[in-house]
Amino acid sequence: MTDQPSPQTVTLTIDGREVTVPKGTTILRAAERVGIKIPHYCYHPGLSSPAMCRLCLVEVEGWPKLAPSCKTTVADGQVVLTDSEKALSQRRGVLEFYLVNHPLDCPICDQSGECKLQDFVFAEGREHGRGREPKRVLGRDDFGGDVLFNGDRCVMCTRCVRFMREVAGDERLTVVERGNRSVIDTFFDRGLEGSPFAGNIVDICPVGALVSKDFLHKARAWDLDHTPSVCPSCSQGCNISLHTRDNLIQRLKPRENLEVNGWWMCDFGRHNYEWINRSDRLEVPLVRGKATGWPEALKALLEALQAGKGGVKAATWAHASNEELGLLKALVAALGGGETVFRSPRAQEEVLLPGYPLLARRRDLAPNVRGAEVQGFTRVGDDEARGGLEALADHDGVLVVVGDPLAELDESFGSRASLFVYLGSYRCQAASHAHFVLPITTFAEGEGTFTNVQGRVQRFWPGLLAPGAARPAWMILGALLAELTDAEAPTRADQAFALVAERTPELGGITYRDIGTRGALANEPARLSGD
Amino acid sequence: MAYPYTHQKEVRLLSKHFGEPEARTLEGWKARGGYQALPRAFEMGREKVIEEVKASGLRGRGGAGFPAGVKWSFMPKERTRPHYLLCNADESEPGTFKDRELLRWTPHLVVEGMAIAAYAIQAEHAYIYCRGEFFETTQVLARAVEEAYGAGILGEDAMGSGHRIDLTVHVGAGAYICGEETGLMNSLEGRRGQPRVKPPFPAQAGYMGMPSTVNNVETLASVPFITTHGGEAYRAYGTQQSPGTKLFCVSGHVRRPGNYELPLGFPLMELIDDVCGGMREGRSLKGVIPGGSSVPILNAEECRECLLSYEGVVAAGSQLGSAAVIVMDDSTDMVKQVRRMVGFYAHESCGQCTPCREGSAWVERILRRIEDGRGTEDDLDTLMEVTTQMEGTTICVLSDSVAAPVKSSILKFREEYLARIRTGEKVGAA
Repeated sequence: MTDQPSPQTVTLTIDGREVTVPKGTTILRAAERVGIKIPHYCYHPGLSSPAMCRLCLVEVEGWPKLAPSCKTTVADGQVVLTDSEKALSQRRGVLEFYLVNHPLDCPICDQSGECKLQDFVFAEGREHGRGREPKRVLGRDDFGGDVLFNGDRCVMCTRCVRFMREVAGDERLTVVERGNRSVIDTFFDRGLEGSPFAGNIVDICPVGALVSKDFLHKARAWDLDHTPSVCPSCSQGCNISLHTRDNLIQRLKPRENLEVNGWWMCDFGRHNYEWINRSDRLEVPLVRGKATGWPEALKALLEALQAGKGGVKAATWAHASNEELGLLKALVAALGGGETVFRSPRAQEEVLLPGYPLLARRRDLAPNVRGAEVQGFTRVGDDEARGGLEALADHDGVLVVVGDPLAELDESFGSRASLFVYLGSYRCQAASHAHFVLPITTFAEGEGTFTNVQGRVQRFWPGLLAPGAARPAWMILGALLAELTDAEAPTRADQAFALVAERTPELGGITYRDIGTRGALANEPARLSGD
Repeated sequence: MAYPYTHQKEVRLLSKHFGEPEARTLEGWKARGGYQALPRAFEMGREKVIEEVKASGLRGRGGAGFPAGVKWSFMPKERTRPHYLLCNADESEPGTFKDRELLRWTPHLVVEGMAIAAYAIQAEHAYIYCRGEFFETTQVLARAVEEAYGAGILGEDAMGSGHRIDLTVHVGAGAYICGEETGLMNSLEGRRGQPRVKPPFPAQAGYMGMPSTVNNVETLASVPFITTHGGEAYRAYGTQQSPGTKLFCVSGHVRRPGNYELPLGFPLMELIDDVCGGMREGRSLKGVIPGGSSVPILNAEECRECLLSYEGVVAAGSQLGSAAVIVMDDSTDMVKQVRRMVGFYAHESCGQCTPCREGSAWVERILRRIEDGRGTEDDLDTLMEVTTQMEGTTICVLSDSVAAPVKSSILKFREEYLARIRTGEKVGAA
């Protein structure tokens, strides 16, 4: 720490608190640094600032008028008041204007509970409205894609218009008319269909003007639990939140991470969650078709593995976590080594987001292709994640399959194996001949990490309860490995990760603490905690 | 007496040739002494031109009254990027009709003024943004521009000076807000006509992001006189703080409404009673809006001592604005009058800023209810508070234009509102 003011920084006072920020910072951002949140609608960190909602106006000492804090850059020695009588009465006034035509249909509005109009009016608005005039009615409009527009709830912040123009690079929305007849609209018959990132406008809409058709009237915002996670739909690894209720995923929302996905995610990922809610799950360990408790099943399996003949072959998929992949690899090695392959679907091309070049829907439609490759798994099969397992199908030694649903295969798979172990989440026809069928959790039910296309290792957390007796695959593999190598079995995901990191140079030095909620790059020195 | 009405008290620096169709042609204009100022400007050099305009004290005639020479001096001294001159001919302020007359009778005066200004600020391209409804005007202007190009006055080598001066006539689509300088630039660029947040100011980043100056038609029309005769000669008219002459657009209940060019500082009552021939028979003065509908209304008492200069009208409690003098006699229904004006602004609000978008329409609806005899006394307090919430809180000043007539009329003509609220009856017979 040095007291020498750098020419690159500016020191000012906001509500009596001194703050030093880089030159060119806006007052709104500088205030955030010291925990002062200035209400706003039109401003969004990922978009341009039109300074038109007039809610973020603050008093700057010596200035004749209030200044839009989202657009006004800081100056040395500036004294900013965000809660002065002038600033407060400005906000009270603007909030009253928002309610002049707002339908106040909160009881049937999906945004209710996470609505910025509710929040701000509740915090600082007038206790009673003065509007006596009939309200303007604009009605609803199907914008196409997953987006439904409720014109009457709109606060005309134009975030959606600017997202489509500036980030999606696909100008499909505009403001039609002017004055209080202004309304967001699509161009004639052309809606949002086919625009791969349009779903984000629902997230950035501060009110219930843009709502998701998929989520329409499905759950109240306050009934949802939020769990930080990583999108499993492609190798980008967008940071997301699982919004769950009744032990089901209700929707997926992007979670801010400027180094991966910014504030955004694609619609493909956003809507690809029904499979997580599938109910045809494996729930109990089956030993030769017979339901068994875990201790008996593991004991029998260990014995079978120790007696196993004819070499080992293992297959998995790129939805498996680093912990699962690493321990599978270690187990195969402990059994004398053998072929390890994975299958993963692949799209024809990437889907780019022009306004946020870091983010794209990647070709690999699984979250951990990079992780599988780093661990030394060989990719087999076609772009539909089919085929490529011929050598395993007729293998007469030990066959271990983790995760892969073997969707296109029939009962003949593994029929010649001396020992066929299947660890999966769903009932699987191709595992009919498996001597052991063990139920494992999905990424939404357990902890673990994926390595994305950038080589960033990212954690996910359990948002759902696992069905029946399903256990994380790393726990099962880790227990077997521990017995075979006379070591300690991992009982927590971070222990499993540490075991895997030990034997994987690319993950060297990274721990769960380093990864945190933001991820850490493989092969990079771990960042200081608190960074 | 010619051009609908003229008066011997007028000082006709700009309007001398109003009503003379020959003045519209290049030949006719040259015969009247036109296009002598531009070569003079080239001789003087651009710094000297700006100096003279500064010395003249010429203030922007669009409404804000900012000194034109000072505005020009904000342009970068070195031209590293294109500079633009934009002439604002989107005259839309209710009650104002001076620019239209300048353009339709003396288009070459405006062209010459623009050429001088373009030269002074190092702009090679000047645009004139005409109000969409100015059909005849635009045609007259376009003809004059064509003539000026034909005679080599405009073009690559303007009047043999070696300077390029291009002039484009652009016709707007008829939105009031496109007369706001940054809204005008957006519109000219092909975007929605919505004002921009300042800073950056036009001289830093204006039209196409380049240094730009926006001047009103009347301002630029005053430039040839100043160039020819010098800033001092211009200062011979008007007051210390408001030098020169000004076109006053008088409308309403006077006997001879029209454009009158008078030295600034001219008494308002003399304009009404003498120049305009007084009120209609048997009627008395109720109030005057001295500067277009965006400024506060003056009641009859405030009009008595009011001098028509920028500072004089402020002293009387209003603003000179565009000098559109709207005179109202005792037959005026003030509630209806204010509601009509607010209705205009509600219709013309661009819809960006919340206070303006929601406030103007809300205020109009309250006023309509009062006008229909369904108001309450509380409504007046609400109107005062709501319009206060609209003042100084938006990107441009359209919102303030709603507040001015509403607040001033409630303060000065409260009993009319109350009568309407209590009995539902109108004051005044109209």
